[in-house]
Amino acid sequence: MEPALIPPAHVTFLGIPGAFFSVLIPVVGVALFTYIMAKRLAPMVLAAPDFRFDRVKDRVAAVIKLWLGQFKQPRYRTAGILHIMIFAGFIILSLRSISLVIIGVSPDFHLPGMAGGPGHVYNILKDYAATMVFIACAIAAYRRAIVKPARYAVPEKYGHDHTGEAIFVLGLICTLLISESLFEATAVVGNIQAGLPVEALAPLTLAWLFKLMLSGAGTGALQGLHTAGYFVHDLTFFFFLCFLPLGKHFHVITSIFNVYFMKLDRGAVKPVRHGVSEDKLDELESFGVKKFEDFTWKHMLDFYSCADCGRCSDQCPANAVGRPLSPRFISIKARDYAFGHYPLRGPFKSGEPLIGGIYTEDEIWSCTTCGACEEECPVTIEYINKMVDLRRGMVDEGNVPQSLQKPLAALEKRGNPYGKMEKKRAEWVKALAKEGGPEVKVFDGGDTAETLYFVDSVTSYDDRIQEIGKATARALSAAGVDYGILGSLEKDSGNEVRRFGEEMLFVELKEQNTEAIFESGAKRIVTADPHAFNTLRKDYKGLPPVEHISQFLSRAIAEGRIKLKAGEGEGNGEGAVYTYHDPCYLGRHNLLYDAPRQVLDAIPGLKRVEMTRCKDRSFCCGGGGLYLFYEPIEDRRMGQVRVEMAAEAGASVIVTACPFCLVNIEDGIKTSGMEGKITAIDLVELVCRHMDVAN
Amino acid sequence: MEILVCVKRVPDTSENEIEINSSGSDIQRDDLVYSVNEWDNYAVEEAIQIRDNVGGSVTVVTVGDDDAEEVLRREMAMGADKGVLLKDDAFEGSDGRGVAAIIKGEVEKGNYDLILTGAQADDGAGQVGGMLAAMLDMPFASLVNRIDVVDDKKINVGREIAGGNQEMNEMSLPCVLSIQTGINEPRYVGIRGIRKVASVEIPVKGAADLGVDAAVIGAANARVKRLDYFVPPAGEGAEMLEGGVDEIIEKLIDMLKSKGGIK
Amino acid sequence: MARQIFAYILHKDGVADDTALELVEAARRLDASAPVTALVLGTGADLDKVCQEVAATYKEVWKVDNAALSYPNAEVVRKVLVNLIPKGAIALVPHEHFGMDLSPGLSIKLDAAYAPDVVDISALEGDKLTLVRQEYSGQVSTHVACDLSAGAVITIRAGAFAPDESRSAGGTVTDKSPDAGDAGVAGRKFLEIIEAEVGDVDITKSEVLVSVGRGIEDQDNLEMINDLAKAMGADVSCSRPIVDAKWLEKARQVGTSGQTVKPKVYLALGISGSFQHMGGIKGNPFIVAVNKNAKAPIFQAADVGVVADILEFVPELAEKIAEMK
Repeated sequence: MEPALIPPAHVTFLGIPGAFFSVLIPVVGVALFTYIMAKRLAPMVLAAPDFRFDRVKDRVAAVIKLWLGQFKQPRYRTAGILHIMIFAGFIILSLRSISLVIIGVSPDFHLPGMAGGPGHVYNILKDYAATMVFIACAIAAYRRAIVKPARYAVPEKYGHDHTGEAIFVLGLICTLLISESLFEATAVVGNIQAGLPVEALAPLTLAWLFKLMLSGAGTGALQGLHTAGYFVHDLTFFFFLCFLPLGKHFHVITSIFNVYFMKLDRGAVKPVRHGVSEDKLDELESFGVKKFEDFTWKHMLDFYSCADCGRCSDQCPANAVGRPLSPRFISIKARDYAFGHYPLRGPFKSGEPLIGGIYTEDEIWSCTTCGACEEECPVTIEYINKMVDLRRGMVDEGNVPQSLQKPLAALEKRGNPYGKMEKKRAEWVKALAKEGGPEVKVFDGGDTAETLYFVDSVTSYDDRIQEIGKATARALSAAGVDYGILGSLEKDSGNEVRRFGEEMLFVELKEQNTEAIFESGAKRIVTADPHAFNTLRKDYKGLPPVEHISQFLSRAIAEGRIKLKAGEGEGNGEGAVYTYHDPCYLGRHNLLYDAPRQVLDAIPGLKRVEMTRCKDRSFCCGGGGLYLFYEPIEDRRMGQVRVEMAAEAGASVIVTACPFCLVNIEDGIKTSGMEGKITAIDLVELVCRHMDVAN
Repeated sequence: MEILVCVKRVPDTSENEIEINSSGSDIQRDDLVYSVNEWDNYAVEEAIQIRDNVGGSVTVVTVGDDDAEEVLRREMAMGADKGVLLKDDAFEGSDGRGVAAIIKGEVEKGNYDLILTGAQADDGAGQVGGMLAAMLDMPFASLVNRIDVVDDKKINVGREIAGGNQEMNEMSLPCVLSIQTGINEPRYVGIRGIRKVASVEIPVKGAADLGVDAAVIGAANARVKRLDYFVPPAGEGAEMLEGGVDEIIEKLIDMLKSKGGIK
Repeated sequence: MARQIFAYILHKDGVADDTALELVEAARRLDASAPVTALVLGTGADLDKVCQEVAATYKEVWKVDNAALSYPNAEVVRKVLVNLIPKGAIALVPHEHFGMDLSPGLSIKLDAAYAPDVVDISALEGDKLTLVRQEYSGQVSTHVACDLSAGAVITIRAGAFAPDESRSAGGTVTDKSPDAGDAGVAGRKFLEIIEAEVGDVDITKSEVLVSVGRGIEDQDNLEMINDLAKAMGADVSCSRPIVDAKWLEKARQVGTSGQTVKPKVYLALGISGSFQHMGGIKGNPFIVAVNKNAKAPIFQAADVGVVADILEFVPELAEKIAEMK
């Protein structure tokens, strides 16, 4: 049965059949697209290696959850829902778009299995999908152009506004939808006018709307619109395809790959160079990322995949306190660098230094590696590894802030950033004994025990933080654990040393600690320092199982080995409102959100509230380890901002489970003038205060 | 420009108290770590920056024992081109004049335009640079906190003087300068940098190689000798306020008031 | 032959430096029987003024007037001194930026021993002089034997010897200009002085100073120091590390490389008390030191000391003072 209107394949322009154009447009489009993609892939070929072809099951699962399932999108509700609408529409409409290309040559083409019933159902579905995308695009354009959410703004130093590009693309999408619907509606109206049987158009869809509007149109007009609709769609489709790799909409193509090849291990740091083992590091000419081509191909794919949505920077604590860092622009600047230095036409320009070029030193040192950006990114762009790689490059050039040089030198010589003597590492143990606390075994004195308490530097040497060490010892003793510490044999765990890019120093510390731990014969490790916890778990190899004290406490309480009682009287928690601050290296990097809360809730009568930013959206306190020495450029301190968040939640006590968080938050209390109104305490200190020793 | 920088290995005492051994003959060295003298490190950085700007080479030299080699390597990892260790049993116990005479031997073997030392060392007296210059009859400036190279015959040199002021001088080359901290921001040297230069050969030169006048070196010829170490007697010292914080503050406020410290 | 001692007199704008009064005491402690001659180099009316002033303290004053000496260029001064100072004599020079420039080279040219930065003199037996020096930023002291047989150049730390304020010498001024020889052309030419940027406060005129050192740990903590200074009606000054960290401007730095201050009350917070810092404090103020290290040298120099962490102590002190007012 012939349709009433002549299909695009059979119309002629100046005697040339439409099918010719239907072939020409895709051929030119695909050729151009292939050319552009080849240019885009060029730097990735020169890039550093990265082995991301393992763990297929995990990767497919990630694609299903994060790409197909758009799992991260609803974290920003309006934008997220709009994106899901557009994304779902695209998935559905992609089939229609493919078949339309072929219909331009063969009018009766159906995708396999799409003839008859399923095709009919699909047609209804895709008409609704198109309509849904159209509405979503309209709202999105309104948001972009009128509402202008703050996170889309481009600060002057980062270049021009990106609204134009966004609106243009939304316009392209709408053009696709309208032209396709017109093509469909005109065919239906033509058939109706000719008295031919038609498939009913789904009501309230774009095509349905056009059918109503065109029901009185003449055949000539209908034919014109029908043909125009087709070719406008065809042209727009291939234009869009070629336009995608030119800007932030590249993510439409790359995101599925970016998610598939995502970093699967939280908290871990990439090796200096994939495929080069630790003992071969000395043979490397250069360390880290100094020029664009030093990035791994995956990191370049990250840059291509950034949709410029601004969620990373919106969550970034460094950005929030006015440090010169916005993760979004780490990606955008690198992407623009790639586009500019690997242009579509003309020779490639490579080898320019990034620091002093697109990035500044302060920008790269400003990151606390808290992971808020990575947690938020809908397309799993990673930042910490890039920061670490850029720092490795700077360290390799000797380009390290003066404020960090002393602690690094001290770490090299003394194994702690303070330059204190090794023999004083266990002095807090003596102080504890003097206070009537338990005797702590020290392995360097020849003692042995089942459990090793890894103390780490800040807890060993800092007067205030030694209290966490003492509380940990009291809790372990109370629970009847046979434990000890390494004493002078313990070196700094090196979590920050590694994340500051001083890989060789980290390797040295790791080797010394690993040897001491194996020598000690301990069967398990417990630590109250999430930074040590993270690096012992993620960066060290082959150690006995490592546990954070919150896990231990939660279990000991559940098993009744530690009994807790209510606080009595003012100053002992009566009338206090507690809130728990998730340390980055315990929460986001190790997913320990529940154990500390269980411990808190086990204290009878304890009143606890949550801050708006909690768990995986926790707001970094300012960073640990070497961050205590670094002097950032900033308007405010992160700790101070965090204290204000706690006050806003109505808390009077901030409980945390990390020595550095305690340092930063106590500092934040002082600098925000909240002394007397808010106090901070470590989880294990709080547990000790409530331990019911009598039972 | 050919630059020689004199460096010294010293105990790193920044964060730990220095204690004296029981006989008072030396400080307690068991738990000490050593590093390059801080001032010398600035001097090496300055030399490297000058070389990078105008060309030439940087040689670091030290008078010491085998352990002293470690600081040469560190400075070479920073970017110095060569290291020279001046070592001889005859050097032991030399005073400042002796050390200057030893280094003079090395200077005369080379063809240096600029010789830098640190302005002082934690365990030293800030003397070798000035002595060396006098022995070589070269111009000298101490406490240098700025160097501007004018041409291959002349440099302009800033000195740190009182009041935070800077005294600018024009110096003809070759000359000797002692470098004050803060003149630059020395670059970081990590383990990796040191490993890279670990196998570079460092020539060792003795008294005979240098042609040093035996009459000024060694303990026997030292005119200035350290006899012992001691902790200075407490003297009168301050009246220490003790007790609770409130009590201390109360006493302190009374004192400040009576002395006109609170307006 | 009697031992001869020479004291090099620093002066500026026609006024002798305080160290002139200290060197005469150091000379006396060294060898009370030795004649002491003041060496005053310079030019013009200012030089005469200084010579007159110095003659009140030194029995003998040698004056050298030469236009080349209008600014003390160590190289020029050295040439003059080598011509004036006889073999075997002892030259005392203040240990500061000029003394450090001059003295090591002078000792070589005189072929004399060199003992720098001396804080005390213990004994003299024959030609063996025992001196006291400090090492490791004053954490430990050493006795040093100095062989005087070929003469010596000794630099004296400012403030280490009590000034002789008697001004009873009634000395004579001898013009030694003809003996000084040709000052000649030097390989080093003085160009200019670049003045430090002047801050908003002139701490050299402050009566009460709240001075902060390394113990402040972090720039943000300066707020509490400002609060305290405000409560006391004092100005804020600091030690060198604070300026090096660029937390306060150079004009607020007290010390030999910073400002010389003469307050009535000096509150040293978290300052260890290096001699370079103490060298900038004149006029014998009432010094209060707060430091968490009980062994900090500042407690030797202070009148009153408190062992406490300034980060905890200062806010409480400021609060109490503010309350009281």
